[in-house]
Amino acid sequence: MKKSMMPVRDNQEEQVWALLQEVCDPEVPVLTILDLGVVRQVEVTGEGEVVVTITPTYSGCPAMDTIKMQIRMVLLEHGYNDIQVNTVLSPAWTTDWMTEAGRNKLKAYGIAPPQYAAHHELSTGLFSEAGVPCPRCNSHNTHLVSRFGATSCKSLYQCDDCLEPFDYFKCH
Amino acid sequence: MQQRISYLIHLADNALILGHRNSEWCGHGPVLEQDIAMSNIALDLIGQARMLYQHAATLINTYEDAGAEWLLQVRGTLAPGEPVTEDSLAYLRDVTDFSNCLLVEQPNGDWAVTITRQFFMSVFQLLLYEKLQYSRDSELAAIAAKSLKEVAYHVKWSSEWVIRLGDGTEESRRRILKAISELWPFTGELFQSASWERETGVMEDVAAGACGMEASSVAGYAVDYASLKEDWMTRVAVVFEEATLDMPAFASWHQSGGKEGRHTEYLGYILAEMQFLQRAYPGSEW
Repeated sequence: MKKSMMPVRDNQEEQVWALLQEVCDPEVPVLTILDLGVVRQVEVTGEGEVVVTITPTYSGCPAMDTIKMQIRMVLLEHGYNDIQVNTVLSPAWTTDWMTEAGRNKLKAYGIAPPQYAAHHELSTGLFSEAGVPCPRCNSHNTHLVSRFGATSCKSLYQCDDCLEPFDYFKCH
Repeated sequence: MQQRISYLIHLADNALILGHRNSEWCGHGPVLEQDIAMSNIALDLIGQARMLYQHAATLINTYEDAGAEWLLQVRGTLAPGEPVTEDSLAYLRDVTDFSNCLLVEQPNGDWAVTITRQFFMSVFQLLLYEKLQYSRDSELAAIAAKSLKEVAYHVKWSSEWVIRLGDGTEESRRRILKAISELWPFTGELFQSASWERETGVMEDVAAGACGMEASSVAGYAVDYASLKEDWMTRVAVVFEEATLDMPAFASWHQSGGKEGRHTEYLGYILAEMQFLQRAYPGSEW
């Protein structure tokens, strides 16, 4: 989510948001959960209870339990004892919520960042594929190897210029 | 409420059993990429099943008449007083308590059977979730909207494989023709309502109001399966044509009973493997 879209926060909530920047996606460790856009809301009540609301990336993503635990750990370390981590499904997560910083980090890590939904590979016909630039040499001369990759969120591509295989964080 | 819970469990059972069947390919795929694809699809389906079971469990645990007879079936072998959970629904119910369609419990067979089964079911789920995202049950609507994105990938992937096999080699064509003839009789059940749905009017169709922001307030929470049949036939026919496969006549004989707990012999074997640990070591966690 872009910063400008966030509601005005008070100081405590601001601090919690800053702490959440320390929690990384266990499967793509260069991304924080804020880069991923899975944190939907942070609330700190008058009694000091912290309520963090997150949304899952994929229904079966095994990283969600780890992410919940890590949020709890980070907040506990910083003196918050009354913590609740909720999950909401709606609106469904989309890769369009991934931050620009996150996209740049992914590319530097060797994973092609997701295209925006308007260029969704699913809007193309069968056997066609989104044009995904190679994260190493920036060539657009690439091809899809497999629609499904090592984690739910990725598919496999190969560059036909530098010949490197690479992961693509697929559009969702 | 009983009907709504039954409906959620039925949707969850479909996803869980197909997900489990797909997971049986893990480590056995024809090539590494497709082995991984099967595991990914299994993970999506089991994730969808979890959300649906969790939603059902919440409704069950807040249901006022905890002693109702129908609840005994939902509770399976769960100890009295223990709350129903996603795990108890998956692991502690017996064959006749499951209400998945017969299609999803059919054995994996060869690659062509697995692909055909996935293709038939994914196209069905796509059409179902497209409508269910406007369900009056807001949690179910959210689950459907989430699942829809995943199922769209399953449809694309399985469609491409149907075409590769149908329009591939003599051998691949022979195999997918056999798979279609074996599985076609199980597709009719997808478009039939179970007796528990018909008798209770659970099928107040979502589509009635599914065309605008007002949808969730005026629509029902379920989908009239029969309304999906025409679109399903059309979408399957498009891919079959591309695959140079003939579309079977729909009027041919269809097997049914799964939604009402009358299953083929295969479901028992699935549950024997899937539920073994929880039956042998109740409540164990890892």
